[in-house]
Amino acid sequence: MNDRPRFLLDGQEVPFEPGQTLLQAALAAGRYIPHLCYHPEFRPHGSCKLCTASINGRMVTACTTPAAAGMEVASDTEALNELRRTLVQMLFAEGNHFCPSCEASGNCVLQALGYDLGVLTAGFRHMFPIRPVDASHPDILLDFNRCVLCELCVRASKEVDGKSVFALSGRGIDKHLVVNSESGELADTDIELSDKAMEVCPVGVIIKKRVGFATPIGERRYDRRPISAQALDDAPQPADKPE
Amino acid sequence: MAKDTAAHWATPETSRQVAEVLERWDNDPTHLVQVLREVQEHCGWLPPAALTTVARRLKLPLAAVRGVAGFYAFLYTEPAGAYQVLFSDNVTDRMQGSEALMEAFCRQLWAEPGKVSEDGLVRVDRSACTGLCDQGPGLLVNGRAIPNASSRRLDLIRELILERRPLDAWPVELFEIVDNIRRPGILLGSNVRPGEGLRAAFERGAAMEHEQAANERSWREGIPDDAREPLAMLREIERSGLRGRGGAGFTTAAKWSACRASPADLRYVVCNADEGEPGTFKDRVLLASHADLVFEGMTVAAWCVGAREGLVYLRGEYRYLLRPLEATLEQRRAAGLLGRNILGRRGFDFDIRIHVGAGSYVCGEESALLESLEGKRGIPRNRPPYPVTAGYRGRPTVVNNVETFCAATLVAARGGEWFRGIGTPHSAGSKILSVAGDCARPGLYEYPFGISVQEVLEDCGAERTLAVQISGPSGHCIDASEFRRRIAFEDLPTAGAFTVFDDSRDMFEVARNYTEFFAHESCGFCTPCRVATSMLRGIMGKIHGGRGSLHELEQMSRLHPVLQMSAHCGLGHTACNPVLDTLKRFRPAYERRLQALRFAPDFDLDAALASARRATGRDDAGAHLETGNE
Repeated sequence: MNDRPRFLLDGQEVPFEPGQTLLQAALAAGRYIPHLCYHPEFRPHGSCKLCTASINGRMVTACTTPAAAGMEVASDTEALNELRRTLVQMLFAEGNHFCPSCEASGNCVLQALGYDLGVLTAGFRHMFPIRPVDASHPDILLDFNRCVLCELCVRASKEVDGKSVFALSGRGIDKHLVVNSESGELADTDIELSDKAMEVCPVGVIIKKRVGFATPIGERRYDRRPISAQALDDAPQPADKPE
Repeated sequence: MAKDTAAHWATPETSRQVAEVLERWDNDPTHLVQVLREVQEHCGWLPPAALTTVARRLKLPLAAVRGVAGFYAFLYTEPAGAYQVLFSDNVTDRMQGSEALMEAFCRQLWAEPGKVSEDGLVRVDRSACTGLCDQGPGLLVNGRAIPNASSRRLDLIRELILERRPLDAWPVELFEIVDNIRRPGILLGSNVRPGEGLRAAFERGAAMEHEQAANERSWREGIPDDAREPLAMLREIERSGLRGRGGAGFTTAAKWSACRASPADLRYVVCNADEGEPGTFKDRVLLASHADLVFEGMTVAAWCVGAREGLVYLRGEYRYLLRPLEATLEQRRAAGLLGRNILGRRGFDFDIRIHVGAGSYVCGEESALLESLEGKRGIPRNRPPYPVTAGYRGRPTVVNNVETFCAATLVAARGGEWFRGIGTPHSAGSKILSVAGDCARPGLYEYPFGISVQEVLEDCGAERTLAVQISGPSGHCIDASEFRRRIAFEDLPTAGAFTVFDDSRDMFEVARNYTEFFAHESCGFCTPCRVATSMLRGIMGKIHGGRGSLHELEQMSRLHPVLQMSAHCGLGHTACNPVLDTLKRFRPAYERRLQALRFAPDFDLDAALASARRATGRDDAGAHLETGNE
């Protein structure tokens, strides 16, 4: 394993397999880089920009940049963490996020990132967009107020479920999720509770009806461990991972 | 109303037209944007039933089709009125009075901006710069460009609309757009004949000694005779020092060589005619009056890299150029300059198709342009891979600006040495400037690179000039202390916009117009650009409304590094430039608007109580906040 190529992340060596991105290699080596729209099972696209890192001063998204031997990557710096805090504030500001009443509280990646990065204030004037919910489906609620436009449900439905239940429409600040039915309502799509798309929402948009708050707040995923620790447990490990 | 339009859509006539459109585009999902645009030309908008038919026939999810339709400003998924009248909203249009004209026009038609009138007749709205800055304000009526909006011309337009006269029967002089070439140079004054550049390129190849390049990669499988000949032309481009005219200034020879060197079964040449940078209109004139130079440059590029197919991405605002351009393509085919065995060269086959955009500035970014050409939402791609290795349909693709292809034709015809002799050592050749704003003679000025801003200002008859916006909102704003600077890649690089502001102008309002532009055009893919451009627009609006404080200035300077560090493409990187440039040079224009040094809320609590006062019939002092009168 010692012959694997390496790059430097914040001054420490990270080994990687050819083809791995900076983020994949870092997570596999037990090194955390904050991220939101990245999910190990899907092709990264780099839209949330939380994983922004610098290679000799050049800014890149760690989730889309292939690792190369000898790269010197900076991630855990004050400037980059300040950038991430600002991006989290922006995501909170553009949607309608009310953590105390949200079913996803404690399981929410956006909330967990806010805690972990030390986001202490709103920072920006909130936009309070008007985004009606879609409660048409008997078993599923879509609460678009919380959407962070990560496209994970779009990718999961298309790539895993082979259904394309979700897509994006509009542009700029008006960009929004749409569902695949003539009526535009979820009830008229072919989504099922067993779909991959049901599992991947990092916030609280895609909600199963009648099972809310089954796990009490305080005992949920990121209540137990901060996301920086949890994300490392979730990372796919190479078979020959060194201890 | 909804029923009426659904019934309208259901006529056999329209469903036949939709079927024809789909047929014409081979039922190919990668032509979705073209299909939607043409369906809309028949139906006036994109009715749900039409989208369903399109989705079914192209075997695409309906949600994906809606997603594409919802991305482009000129595609309407709701009834858009029998007449859509869009007022170009560049800062030069505003300086020419567009806002007052639009207000009066709306008032006379009882129309509210952005909404279809109750009788379904008309919808009036704003649109990003239409490229008519030298003869503005510009209009788009049902997609057709109309220059020189004035109350007299708008009176006529209103009458034509009220009598529901079809656009084809409107007086032709309404649509007359002039070139305004004020200072021709090597491109605008070119007398290169169609085919001259290509013939010169072939002769160069023939003269080259064959064994010299014996170990080079084959130009195209199966045509060994031609394998190395294009290298001579490629070297000529290299010798010329030609760099891209779209703004980034990438070396053209390097781009073409990289495309040629990428192994592939097919390669493409794409002409970026999505001239969206506000204040730029040179490509409009090149396409209108020098289309042969453009197409010949594309053909020379195809010869150099081994491409069989070329595409022009024509911005939707220039839809009126489509027919003349297609006529030119037809002439070139008839003359043997396009098609099979071009000019008798066995195996050199190349042809050009034109795609028309549908209202999106970000599609001028080359990888977003490729996405749009493939029928998708115009989102810039992650790079690498770059288009030269994986571009259109994943094949190696050369993407160049209209002006770059024109210059390449000149290099082919006149030689690289000649071209390099013009301009400066780092910036060979000429640059066409789109001069507009406060000057006596707006129009196109072509200079050798290295011309100073001051000289341009003198030539165009600008007086009492306060500032010049070089290369549009994504470029830079300079003041009088910098007018000695030169137009060149090494000093003031530009895609061509040269917008002049005299000392009567309020530079805060200029910057506010540009922040509105960026917010409107952000594709929304990445967090920083999607949110920050919208925040910038909101903050500038708040200051404009007299409720700004130092807090707002601090917020804006906080957004800039976020955009610089993390935005996905150039739109986001530069979105804060107009504010920072003007704040640095014209700070009083901001400060005199600030209400307080500390924070002032935008929300007016006393005004919000008005409905409660109305409901209770009270208007005494006790029904007002004490702070309300401050």
